[in-house]
Amino acid sequence: MTADGSSLLVVNNIEVIYDHVILVLKGVSLEVPEGGIVALLGANGAGKTTTLKAISNLLKAERGEVTKGSIEYQGERVDRLLPSDLVKRGVIQVMEGRRCFEHLTVEENLLTGAHARTDGRDRVAQDLEMVYSYFPRLKERRTGQAGYISGGEQQMTALGRALMSRPRMILLDEPSMGLAPQLVGEIFDIVKRLNESENVSFLLAEQNTNMALHYAQYGYILENGRVVLDGEAKDLAKNEDVKEFYLGVSGEKRKSFRDFKHYRRRKRWLA
Amino acid sequence: MEILYSIVVAPFVDMWTSPVFFSEVVISGVLTGVMYSLVALGFVLIFKASGVFNFAQGAMVLFAALTLVGLMEHGVPVWLALILTMLVMVALAIAIERLMLRPLVNQEHIILFMATIGLTFFLEGLGELMWGSNVKMLDVGIPSESFEVGGILLNEFDLYAAAIGAALVTVLAVFFHKTSVGRALRAVADDHQAALSVGIPLKTIWIIVWSVAGIVAMVAGIMWGAKSGVQFSLSLIALKALPVLILGGFTSVPGAIVGGLIIGVGEKVAEIYWGPLVGGAIENWFAYMLALAFLLFRPQGLFGERIIERV
Repeated sequence: MTADGSSLLVVNNIEVIYDHVILVLKGVSLEVPEGGIVALLGANGAGKTTTLKAISNLLKAERGEVTKGSIEYQGERVDRLLPSDLVKRGVIQVMEGRRCFEHLTVEENLLTGAHARTDGRDRVAQDLEMVYSYFPRLKERRTGQAGYISGGEQQMTALGRALMSRPRMILLDEPSMGLAPQLVGEIFDIVKRLNESENVSFLLAEQNTNMALHYAQYGYILENGRVVLDGEAKDLAKNEDVKEFYLGVSGEKRKSFRDFKHYRRRKRWLA
Repeated sequence: MEILYSIVVAPFVDMWTSPVFFSEVVISGVLTGVMYSLVALGFVLIFKASGVFNFAQGAMVLFAALTLVGLMEHGVPVWLALILTMLVMVALAIAIERLMLRPLVNQEHIILFMATIGLTFFLEGLGELMWGSNVKMLDVGIPSESFEVGGILLNEFDLYAAAIGAALVTVLAVFFHKTSVGRALRAVADDHQAALSVGIPLKTIWIIVWSVAGIVAMVAGIMWGAKSGVQFSLSLIALKALPVLILGGFTSVPGAIVGGLIIGVGEKVAEIYWGPLVGGAIENWFAYMLALAFLLFRPQGLFGERIIERV
């Protein structure tokens, strides 16, 4: 991907430190083009969530800080803005683990997403219908307490809640977490549809590499707070190393422990 | 046997044989209860929205009452004094957010709790510094004639207090459940990180909550002040609000109301009918005993939010 100005979001070499001492991101750069779906892949603790929170500025609420680098959205520096300002500009994060407001009803949950909007009740009501058209199941559950609906419905609520802010870009953190494979497919299909018909760009942090590369156009692989590999999603999916380390398949015969050294050597670029 | 009789049977016989007196006791209990509820309400509001147990609520009641009386002593008419006091409470909320909550964001709850203890001393000191420490009469023009209905003696003032309390609660309930700010407040109470992520500005929400709690404190201050004079001990009624909260649940507005009523009625009835058995003065500790019993059997209180756990 080139930096030709068509990028909606440009993250340039950021470093993140938690609590003034713990260095989590050691220079991460990435770009999300207008209307794209970009996957951010990597194992537990690689820094996917931290990258997303650095962009949405939720880090400060966790004593984290971007100490180097810059984050630009639509060509403007946004790293000093409050999360609520970013939401107004169209960048919203769907946090890992759904994080619905448990004691509010599903519909109230959705409406909280429109809190930052000032364009009037009618438009909000229209968008509520739009969200229900994507997630018909939520309409059936609209008066139910969000704490008691199923995990899949909660993920839909969280995604719908973000949509209610009329975003141009959603930072989606681990939507597949704790969901049945069939539901994961359903959620990703909706992400794709939203991307195409509502023109929402996605930056998608996922551990489910297979799923993410299937739906994204471009991917970055994070390891230990660094981007170690990036490329077109279909190329990444074919890459031997990615296949072996993240997809759990290898083209050749079964590996034995004798090849362990070889494995270590090949994985060195990741560390 | 005789002891058992005097504990278990005699009080109820007394209640049965003089129903008018009994209803008078209950009604005076209800009306005291309304006052407790008003104080407890302020706690619930702040606890719900920011998870902070605001120890300074009692001091805010005192501070509001002192400000109102002070203004009126300087010849400000009642209506203007009320508005000015309200503005002072809002200004106080803004100052608290700026100077206390913002620097302490993300700290442990206990640290915020300690900060509110500090705020208590500050407000008590500031109030006395500005308006002096004499006991003051507060008269905002609520009539306090006594009259009889069916042989039961009632006081107009208490009825007004009950009506104002009820109105306040209704307004708050509507505010919390029907407006978008109220919805945002409840969202923040549930999960403030998630609220932040969907674009709810926490700072504004905190200012609103503390302002509302300040205004509730003002209403409570007026009621208590008009009844027993504005004095230093007003900030101690915060302690009476504790058992009310344990009974009703820290997170429930209706709980604060019902809890207040139960405590109010309970302590009056206990004082009159069981007090003589132990030499009186049950009223002062009865509420705490009741709260203790509740902690054993229903720690979230009568109406506290169920802890939702998905399995």
